[in-house]
Amino acid sequence: MASSNPSVFLLMINGQIEGAKFPEYDDLYCKYCFVYGHDWAPTSGVEEGISQITSKNRESHNLVWNFPLDITFKSTNPFGWPQIVVSVYGPDTFGNDVVRGYGAIHIPFTPGKHTRTIPMFVPESTSRLQKFTSWLMGRRPEFTDPKVVAQGEGREVTRVRSQGFVTLQFNIVTKDMKKLGYDTTPRSSDGASVTSLSAGDPTHTL
Amino acid sequence: MDVSRDSSVEVLAGGEEEEPAETLRRSLKAQRQRRKKKLLDETTVEESHSRAQEQRKRRDDDEEEEEEVGEMEEISEVRSIQRSRGRLEAEPEPDDESEMGARSFTRSPRDLPPLPMTRPSSSLSESSIRQRMREKLRAARSKAESLLQQEVAVEPASRLQSLRDRDTVTRFDREAELPELKQTQGGDPSEIAGKVKFREAVRRVRIETQRGTGLPTAEEAFNFFTFNFDPEPEEEPSKRRKKRRGRREQSEGEDEGEDEEDEEEPEEQETEVERERAGEEEGDEERDEEAALVREGEEDLFLIEQSRQDFVEVKKAEYIGYNTRVQRDGELLFTPSVRTVPASSKLPENMQPRYLEEEGLYVGERPVVTLTNENILENRILRQDQGTKWFGDDGRIIVLPDPIKESSTRPPLFHMEGDLDPALQTVYRKAVKSKYAKRYMPGVGDTQGDYQLDVDVAGLIFSHHGLFSREHVLGARLAQLYDQHLSRQHKNLTRLLTDKLSGLRNTVRNILELHDGQGLSEITQQRIAEYKQEVKITRQMRDAEQEKDRALLKNIVKVWKEMKALREFQRFTNTPYKLYLRREEVDRDLDEREYDTEILAEVSELQAESIEDYEKKVAEYKKQHEEWKSWKKKQKAMKKKKKKKHHKSQDEDEEEDEEEESEEELGEEPPKPDPPEEPDLEAVEQRVREKASRIRRKPGEPILVPELSASSSVTPNEQCPRAESSRRQDVSKRSLFVKVLYNDKEVSRTDSRALTADFRVHFGQIFNLKVINWPESIKLQVYETVGSTTAQLAEVFVPVPEPSILTGSATSEQLEFSSDQRVVFNHEGVGSDVPFSFEADGSNRLTLLTSGKLSCCVSWAVGEDDIPLAPPVAHASAGINSGIKQMDAIACIGASSLNDMKKLGKWAAESRLDPNDPNNASIMQLLSVVSGGEVTVPAYFRLEQLQEEFNFLSDEELDRSRRFRLLRLRSQEVAEFRGYKCVPALEREVSDKIFQDYEKRLRDGKIVDTKEHLDAHRALVAKYLQKIRESVLNRFLIAKHHFLLSDVVVEEEVPTIGVLGLNLFKLAEPKRPLKPRRKERKKVTAQNLSDGDIKLLLNIIRAYDIPIRKPQASKPSGAMKSTRSVTETFTAGQASQTPIQGIDWPLNQVVVRPFVEVTFQRTVLQTSTAEGPNPCWNEELLLSFSAPNGDYSTSSLQSVKDEVFINIFDEVIHDISEGDRGGYHAHIERHWLGCVKIPFSTIYRQSRIDGTFKVDMPPVLLGYIKEHNLASEGGYDIVRNLTEGAFITLFITIEPQLVPGDSMREKFDTEEDERLLLASEFFEKDATQRFPDRPCLTTVIDINGKTVFITRYIRPLNPPQELLDVSPNNAQETAELIARYVSLIPFLPDSISFAGVCDLWSTCDQFLTLLAGDEEEHAVLLCNYFLFMGKKAWIIIGNAIPEGLSAYVLTHEQSRYLIWNPSSGQYYGQYDTFCPLQNVGCLINADNVWFNIQMYDAPMRISFDVTKSKFWKPFFSRAFAHPGLSSVQPEDLVYRRTDRAAATELQDRIEKILREKIMEWRPRHPTRWNRYCSSTLRHFLPKLELSGGRDVSEEHRVELQSLLGEYRISGFPLHLPFSEIQPIIEAVYSTGVHKAEMSNVEFALAVHVHPYPNNVLSVWVYLASLIRTR
Repeated sequence: MASSNPSVFLLMINGQIEGAKFPEYDDLYCKYCFVYGHDWAPTSGVEEGISQITSKNRESHNLVWNFPLDITFKSTNPFGWPQIVVSVYGPDTFGNDVVRGYGAIHIPFTPGKHTRTIPMFVPESTSRLQKFTSWLMGRRPEFTDPKVVAQGEGREVTRVRSQGFVTLQFNIVTKDMKKLGYDTTPRSSDGASVTSLSAGDPTHTL
Repeated sequence: MDVSRDSSVEVLAGGEEEEPAETLRRSLKAQRQRRKKKLLDETTVEESHSRAQEQRKRRDDDEEEEEEVGEMEEISEVRSIQRSRGRLEAEPEPDDESEMGARSFTRSPRDLPPLPMTRPSSSLSESSIRQRMREKLRAARSKAESLLQQEVAVEPASRLQSLRDRDTVTRFDREAELPELKQTQGGDPSEIAGKVKFREAVRRVRIETQRGTGLPTAEEAFNFFTFNFDPEPEEEPSKRRKKRRGRREQSEGEDEGEDEEDEEEPEEQETEVERERAGEEEGDEERDEEAALVREGEEDLFLIEQSRQDFVEVKKAEYIGYNTRVQRDGELLFTPSVRTVPASSKLPENMQPRYLEEEGLYVGERPVVTLTNENILENRILRQDQGTKWFGDDGRIIVLPDPIKESSTRPPLFHMEGDLDPALQTVYRKAVKSKYAKRYMPGVGDTQGDYQLDVDVAGLIFSHHGLFSREHVLGARLAQLYDQHLSRQHKNLTRLLTDKLSGLRNTVRNILELHDGQGLSEITQQRIAEYKQEVKITRQMRDAEQEKDRALLKNIVKVWKEMKALREFQRFTNTPYKLYLRREEVDRDLDEREYDTEILAEVSELQAESIEDYEKKVAEYKKQHEEWKSWKKKQKAMKKKKKKKHHKSQDEDEEEDEEEESEEELGEEPPKPDPPEEPDLEAVEQRVREKASRIRRKPGEPILVPELSASSSVTPNEQCPRAESSRRQDVSKRSLFVKVLYNDKEVSRTDSRALTADFRVHFGQIFNLKVINWPESIKLQVYETVGSTTAQLAEVFVPVPEPSILTGSATSEQLEFSSDQRVVFNHEGVGSDVPFSFEADGSNRLTLLTSGKLSCCVSWAVGEDDIPLAPPVAHASAGINSGIKQMDAIACIGASSLNDMKKLGKWAAESRLDPNDPNNASIMQLLSVVSGGEVTVPAYFRLEQLQEEFNFLSDEELDRSRRFRLLRLRSQEVAEFRGYKCVPALEREVSDKIFQDYEKRLRDGKIVDTKEHLDAHRALVAKYLQKIRESVLNRFLIAKHHFLLSDVVVEEEVPTIGVLGLNLFKLAEPKRPLKPRRKERKKVTAQNLSDGDIKLLLNIIRAYDIPIRKPQASKPSGAMKSTRSVTETFTAGQASQTPIQGIDWPLNQVVVRPFVEVTFQRTVLQTSTAEGPNPCWNEELLLSFSAPNGDYSTSSLQSVKDEVFINIFDEVIHDISEGDRGGYHAHIERHWLGCVKIPFSTIYRQSRIDGTFKVDMPPVLLGYIKEHNLASEGGYDIVRNLTEGAFITLFITIEPQLVPGDSMREKFDTEEDERLLLASEFFEKDATQRFPDRPCLTTVIDINGKTVFITRYIRPLNPPQELLDVSPNNAQETAELIARYVSLIPFLPDSISFAGVCDLWSTCDQFLTLLAGDEEEHAVLLCNYFLFMGKKAWIIIGNAIPEGLSAYVLTHEQSRYLIWNPSSGQYYGQYDTFCPLQNVGCLINADNVWFNIQMYDAPMRISFDVTKSKFWKPFFSRAFAHPGLSSVQPEDLVYRRTDRAAATELQDRIEKILREKIMEWRPRHPTRWNRYCSSTLRHFLPKLELSGGRDVSEEHRVELQSLLGEYRISGFPLHLPFSEIQPIIEAVYSTGVHKAEMSNVEFALAVHVHPYPNNVLSVWVYLASLIRTR
């Protein structure tokens, strides 16, 4: 336990996929997964998940999942900071399960509570005819891998249409970031230091 | 107002509404009561009737059903009443009875269908009962119908309604009590009693439920459960029903005598239950039964739920009339009227609408809204609170003006290229610098950019004009002379020079006086000389001026005299000129004195000068004279010498020559100088005096000052002669004006002024020119107008003023002009360009041109606040490069074009520039900069000149950082670091070791390590391959990052019309459920796989022609030619071991017991053992596959080199009796028979391998013979021979199916003709369209990554001569030998070496150098050899098993086609069943490519005659002729001689390694080697090689037996091409010989390497295990 000389820092993510706004659709569920660089490794928690199906309330158009996220990463390098990829699915008019949106966002890096809203999008059909047939057959175009949306590579060939929003809430705790020279806390904020653990290092002072 | 009215209406309507509703309800109630009573009466009647029936039934069983039906009918009646009671709202009820009857049979969705079919559990008897019952039911129904017909009973609501109501079950449940209570008030007493009882029953059930569940059930909880009620599964109720039915039949007998009332109640209850579950199924049950049911579980819940139906009240449908409904709707709904709202209601009270537009204010156009919509909106708004705030002053809705523009702002876009008329198309013209562009003065438009030029045209004076009279001419001349005089006078040069002269003289005198004529320093003397010179010049100038003055004066006087004479002569005066000569008296003495001193001074000076001059001349003379003298002397001396020499030695030529030369050297004789003359001082004085008298005023003579005045009167016109007066008239007709031209453009003109008699025109006009363009020329044109004609007289260029010349300070200039127009008059006017004379005789003629002086002034104006409106100086020189100036320090000061600063500096120093002159300020500044040396123009250009400032580290330092290096290498995807996990966070944690491998690899790039390879050459080749692979991989990596849409997005393909049509056709096909169909398996992309996900599925079906064990000696095979003794020794051993077998032998049953063992990635699975030479296993084996390093990416999977070994073994059971312990031990031994190798890459690429494969068997299998000789012999000898050997039928696939990687999409470079490439693309496309399964290949990629046309690879090439020499007479044998040679070149699929990137074709020489290649290289080489041998040969591109897409060689010999497998050396006839080639796509030879367009593609069914265009589509046809492609192959191949020593060495090494390996594989057992056997085997191997592995087995066996009689031996030789040691080890391992675990086993191993030319090695490994048999 070389806590005074750490070689990795930890990023603890705790939060939930609060809900989504898809004005036209109902009965959606979502999947999430994380995309991270080579230097990152999850130490605990769940990397992937599928939420329950939620329906709209009559008054508001919000879909609420409140689906928990809980994962801890360790890393040596902020390069490849984890991103969460959320993809939303739901039935179409014929009852086929089709994708309703993809979205990705970086995990916030400052400790504390964050609420993020991800705009969602879906790939477009290549032609009108394709669009029609895909609508008819309930096989909309999908990404081969939802993780594509977290990367820049290969995106230039796709056309997408925006679709809705997903709101996430993160509670971020980091450990040993500062010791490794990465100061992510805003200078003025004093509340952040509360959530930034500096466990086992009494000599460490700000 | 409206609202209140509405509400009142509503109230009224409500009142009205209440009334009928109430009455209706009341009447309905009454009706219901009536009906109920009647029904009850009927029921009792029925019941009594039924009882009677029952009694009857007891007597007669047959009648039982009927009675029951009757009962049922009653019950249904009762139920209907109850249901209606439970409902409050009345509904329109069906009136006719048939409906009611039908209803009892119509099924609700939850009902069970009454068909017996649906109740499979019902027994036969029951069903028959039911059948009967149903019939009865039907009969009873008709009876009931007739009964009910009398009633006007209204059937309560449909079933559906009640079901719908159930949603709100709990509420109804509660409400149910109310109507019931109501009902009790007016109800029949008996009915009440029944109801009460029923309620009690309900309550009881409830209590029971509560008790049963044990929960303190709250009402909510109860409701909750009832709410969640689900329909029962179908069978349960039906079963129960049956049970009930059975019981009921029993109970009917028992409870016969029961009270009527008692019986009725439960019946009622029961019906309810039944109705809920199954509509028409009825049955009466007893309470105890029911209670039991209730207790069972959930039923009680819906029983309770059912109870609410009891409270249903039968009520007539409540009908609301249309009008009332409309009224009611009217209260609730608001339909805005479409009528226009009166303006008054939209405006506040007492306000008139105000129309802004009429008041003249701008009101935008309102957007178009239809009037109806607007009215609706207004009406709606008015209903709201504060509705009026939406309305404007004009009583209309406030609306913003229509934002839509009428016309689009953006002009429509045209596509310029295509459809435009050619005449309208834009043509590109290169930009031309406008002529005037750079004339713009910079800064125009700035604040101080107003430049103004003032042009002042004062007037003009003609010095000559055509209309001049003679007098005028003289007058003009006089005036001219006078002007001259005046100007000279003004300048007074004479005076100036005289003063200067006296000053100089004084100076000289002063100097001389100062020094007293002696001790003059050099400088002083010099200065005196200078002064004297100056004095001389000044004096001369003064003299000239004085002379001019005098001449001018004389001229004036002379002209005046002439003029006077002319006036007298012509007797009139035309000009007002009058000359006065003013005489100024002077002091005579003083004047004389001055004159004398002047002359004296001059004389003395002149004398001094002349003396000086003389002295100089004398000195020169003397010098010249001296020279001359010396020359003379020399000459004389020489002459003397000459003479002497002449006397001395006349003969000596040389000397003579010398003399001549010396004479020549003296050169020309200098002229003899004349002595200068003595200066004549007297003459000087004389001359001076003479001159003075000529140019100077005589002393004492008065100074004459001429004064010209215009005071003389001009003779009036009347007194003039006619000619003169006509001239004057002419003059008066003339007028003049001046045009001002700026930069050749007329900017203005003066007023036209009449020509005056004195030929002066005064304009006096000032033109202010605002200047934008830089002034280049200012021109004034003088025009003369005579009557209506205007002619240009002259043109005057005015110099552009300096910026310093400003209006006010500028002086007016006289600009002379003249015209060469010839003007002749017939009057007194002298004309222009016309000779005339003043003399009467016409002599002394004179020609004058029209000329004159224009007085004007051009200057820069001065602004209001005294700012000169002139452009700055700097701009005058360089107005263009203002942009550069800001950058360049040098250009800034206006010296951009100066290159050499030093030169400029030098010039500035030399020219003694005044540093204080502001004009020079810029230069001085520049010079100061230059001298400082600060500014140097850099010689390079930099894009980001500040980048260095921002680099926080130098690049070297960055490189030194290990961590950054690691990160960088990783991002570059360097093989060692690709996907490197967790780069340490700190520099110190990155150890240098990480880079060791990488650096080593970089270092070792060129060093070849021969240790790992057995052969130096192979090592080189491996290295080379590695390099090629790297380069190709790099290209692949680049291509990998290039995505297509299909890589990222999954999208369903749009079905084409053809596919759609086919599918439609399929729909119409009759369904054939028994016809099995192959379903497409789902393909899995490799990325999300992990270990264990992939399984290899092997289905081993059967084998043919497995070699059989050699029969016992008692039954010697006819084929055996062994000697008896040997056979006996061998078989004796066997016989002794297997008594059981011995028993079997007579039956000849167990000839072989083969099983199959599959080895893949060191996992071994085996099938069960079958029997006989044609075994059938039909077993499925599942092998798990794990990718290297757990990397399941496509590229990684493609590079898997693992092979699936399918080995066939014979299971031999030996029973060994061990005497010590007694009894028999069955010892199982396995003997390897053969194997099939299938590379994983093939399976992966093809995803499915299905077929019969030839088993690779050793040429010699000890103890086994083949059975083929028993089979009937075929017609073709060769074909039959080839079908020898065992075959195995296999089916292999990967589970789940993997998507094979795509080939690289990169377009390769090429040197081929574009047209050829297009044609080939088209050809291939066409081929795949017509026959998608047939491969078509026209272009391939060579080893350099370039696209090459395929026919270039085919060219006859010489095989090694040694091979040809082996059997020169037998072509067939030679061909086989060559095929064998080719097959010995190791096989290395491209897909493995290049990770599926692409298929590279190397040429034959490359192939032979690399000694590795895949099918196509082998095929090309073989084909080329065959062509060399004169065979007709083609390459076949087709699909084969197991390799998939492959290349074979086709030869045509003696009307027969042979198909050669180049990688095995085998050949097959066209009609060979076991030919691995499955289909043929195209044929290729050096000239053409033919694509198979026949119906079939199996080699057996096609014709190979390529000349038939019906069967084969040629690439090069008449339309597209063969362009004569040159071959990429070399002229001929050069082979290296075989190195036998190296082969022997290799042989030893292999043997050693194998020995070690075998011992290593047997870690628990000692491995003993039988040297004797080994050596025997070793001797045998070369024979095998020579024979090609055939025809020697028997002999060998015999030999072996004789040597090793007491051993049981099993073994075989393996034959392999040599590439590396690893495949050999693998092959040996797979045979499993080492697995023999008997304690007394011995091994024998022999290796033989046979070298072929060019280092092609054939390796034989003979492996045997021996067991001593005592």
